[in-house]
Amino acid sequence: MNISFVLNGRKVNVDVDPDETLANVLRDRLGITSVKIGCENGTCGVCTVLMNGTPIQSCILKMKTVQGKEITTIEALGTPAKLHPIQKAFIDYDAVQCGFCTPAMILRAYALLKKNPHPTREEIKKAINPVLCRCTGYIPIIEAIEAVARGEYGPI
Amino acid sequence: MTEMVTSKESSLVLVGKKVPRVDAVGKVTGAIRYVADYNFPGMIYGKTLHSTVPHAKIKKIDVSEALKLDGVVAIITGKDIPFEGMYGYVIPDEEVLARDKVRFWGQGIAVVGAISEEIAEKALKLIKVEYEELPAVFDPEEAMKEGAPQVNIKERNIIAELHTKKGDVERAFKEADIVIEREFRTQRVEHCYLEPDAVVVIPKGKHLDVISNAQYAFFTRQYLAQVLNLPLSRIRLLVPTIGGSFGGKDSSAIWITARAALLALKTGRPVKMVFSREDVMMETTKRHPFIMKYKIAATKDGRIIGLKALNIADGGAFSGTSPFVIFRAHVHSTGPYDIPNVEVDTYAVYTNNPPSGSMRGFGSPQVNIAIDGIIDELAYELGMDPFEVKYKNLIKQGSITMTGQELTGHKVSIRELSEIARKLSNWEEKRKEFEKESGRYKKGIGIANGIRGVSLGGEMPEFATGQVIVNADGSVTIACGLQDPGQGARTVLSQIVAEDLGVSMDVVNYLELDTTITPDPLLTTASRATIMGGNALLNATRQIKDRMAGVAAKLLNTDKEKIVFKNGFVFDKDNPDKKIEFRNLARQCLFSGVNLTAVGVFVAPPLTWDPATGTGTTYFTFAYFTNVAEVTVDTETGEVRVDRVYSIHDSGRIVNPNTARGQVYGGVSFGIGYALFEEFKMKDGVPQQFNFDKYKILSAEQVPEIIVKFVENPDPNGPYGAKSLAEPALDTVACAIMDAIRHAIGKRIYSLPATPDKVLKALRGD
Repeated sequence: MNISFVLNGRKVNVDVDPDETLANVLRDRLGITSVKIGCENGTCGVCTVLMNGTPIQSCILKMKTVQGKEITTIEALGTPAKLHPIQKAFIDYDAVQCGFCTPAMILRAYALLKKNPHPTREEIKKAINPVLCRCTGYIPIIEAIEAVARGEYGPI
Repeated sequence: MTEMVTSKESSLVLVGKKVPRVDAVGKVTGAIRYVADYNFPGMIYGKTLHSTVPHAKIKKIDVSEALKLDGVVAIITGKDIPFEGMYGYVIPDEEVLARDKVRFWGQGIAVVGAISEEIAEKALKLIKVEYEELPAVFDPEEAMKEGAPQVNIKERNIIAELHTKKGDVERAFKEADIVIEREFRTQRVEHCYLEPDAVVVIPKGKHLDVISNAQYAFFTRQYLAQVLNLPLSRIRLLVPTIGGSFGGKDSSAIWITARAALLALKTGRPVKMVFSREDVMMETTKRHPFIMKYKIAATKDGRIIGLKALNIADGGAFSGTSPFVIFRAHVHSTGPYDIPNVEVDTYAVYTNNPPSGSMRGFGSPQVNIAIDGIIDELAYELGMDPFEVKYKNLIKQGSITMTGQELTGHKVSIRELSEIARKLSNWEEKRKEFEKESGRYKKGIGIANGIRGVSLGGEMPEFATGQVIVNADGSVTIACGLQDPGQGARTVLSQIVAEDLGVSMDVVNYLELDTTITPDPLLTTASRATIMGGNALLNATRQIKDRMAGVAAKLLNTDKEKIVFKNGFVFDKDNPDKKIEFRNLARQCLFSGVNLTAVGVFVAPPLTWDPATGTGTTYFTFAYFTNVAEVTVDTETGEVRVDRVYSIHDSGRIVNPNTARGQVYGGVSFGIGYALFEEFKMKDGVPQQFNFDKYKILSAEQVPEIIVKFVENPDPNGPYGAKSLAEPALDTVACAIMDAIRHAIGKRIYSLPATPDKVLKALRGD
């Protein structure tokens, strides 16, 4: 089946099985390896992407539901040469250890701050709760997001 | 969530500073590569068939139907393994695929290589395995008995045992005012590294490139070479970024790399093998469950005069690292307490459960539960404050451990830490305040002190290595085999090298591991990367500086001994105007034939540990820590919430306060799961959970306030005085939580985790 959608601002067309998952298509067909696979049942969250601005686990998202949608991955936020404010904050607050959950965490933070620029600590926790992290105890991640919300890293 | 660091005055430029992680940019942009991100032309995909019985003879494996499936390229079974024997760290009892006998449910028995993962999975279903089931044993106490079903190569199922006697235990128990006896149990736990085990093998004629996320690349290569009957020089292990390990990517790294390598050798094609979460859960190693029977003798004022302890560890189907794990457990059985008369017996036992292996903590979190818990109980029995009873019995400078080691050569700071924890947490006020509460929600506070032997200790003769290369532009390349599965070793070790050479972090590059250019530094384990790797790399930088200083002394017309390296310059310390830029000196050295590459070696101070007598020195230095936990218990539902944890550490000098606090936050989170809900449940040898839907780890909404304090007593044995933190961060967290629950509800939970049903049972007095 031919499925077209917008990936990081550019239209893409792929001929795939409609039941194939978005995570596999992004990784294997479109070279987006920042999308990680950790559970394949939607419970660890490291495959998170944004669909029309809303975070979603791409490992359980069938391609047929992606038709015509806007998909955003971490590549659209910043690059090593031009980091996004949230990425800068994650570095400064040491919100990164093994890094496997990091793109997903940043995308969830981005989606939250776009909707709610001044979230409470509880709202931040709730927003990142679907992504598991075994390394950091989440605290540096929460602190990094708070710093961005306080405007320390400029507008997002 | 405050953080306080009591940093000592120092003239250091990078050590002790919040230097950003060297791999952070790659990680926040998603640009960094993990094993599963690598693809090669012509690559096929491997999938493992796992056993569906816990103990059986394999009568026949019929792969004929599976081979007929379009897209299947090859199938490997145990019979295809060139090495006919078994291998193992201590006892050769392990196979990368079961040949004649299956020893646990989930053990790998065949591997399919196909042009896609889907086809490989389909083919697995077409393989027919005939088993002759054997009696199995899942309870370690049953397994120890004479006549129990034999699990592996030993007739009795005892993998290893250790026995230590100190003083006169019988007399202590006779003379005691009070004797208490308790049994504690801890559970099987999964590592839950988010990145599953993965490998890509690229056959290149006579040699193999193996891209692996093995935590101990050199051990993996060693066993891979043994299993494949290949010389080490023909296997190149490349380890890119690892997505967490916590001790886990160890035995399973050997299995998965060997299986993919066998497929690659058979087909001549690159092979990719990525474990699913289900593969990880069912087959990879777990934390050893322990049964601990402890008995203490004390005076009526709370002084402990005797301990009798029995530790039984469920090692599962293979011995793996069990002999090492029970060494650490055994020698930590007295915790940080000075007990004059001790008798400890420790066993690791084979069962038909999944193999137990290395996991952050490595045997000590288990025995900490027992020794801390029984002393906590002693306090309640005596009507005393647990802080007081514990404090009274803490070791001091010069105390003698249960194995007869005098604690000297570093600062024994545990009393200081315990006192800080008491003050910082407002211990007395909170005890009183919490005890007044009488409603549905009950609060409690608990304190647990800890000691941890640094690095491998008596497990094996110990050293580390690391190579430093100064390039012609003054930039620095580090090729060190100590790995960074997320703890920050690349950053911390880069800081140490940059500090000593007086260069900036920008010019230092810590290479990804390549076993063909990196010397073997032994394992990245036992919280040893900073202290052992740092010392080895400083040995390398000092060799290089010695050579550079010789050239600089001539150029600057001064004595070699006066030359210092700082802030990108090399100068005469008495006359700082006599200087040359580091990069210019590097160029001059290299273009006049002075070699600026050095391999540094650090050999750990010798130890006298004797496993036959259970005595001797066990570690060359120790780290200390105290945790205080506050909990709220819902007495109607039995649910426990951790409200706050104070975590006070003496890990020597803190090289990077950011990565250090991250270790503590992560360790505390691991400890909360251990105390309250994590349990890899088995039923008649069959795992009861295969993914994160049923196996829960701490999520963001469950994180309590964590207050971290570092008390820096630079250790004479460590690079810039640094020692261990990764495992100390976890070691006594669960103990403090169990103690806090005891305080809150007036009853102790003796088996971890403290699930709501156990709490309700305890409240009912069942």
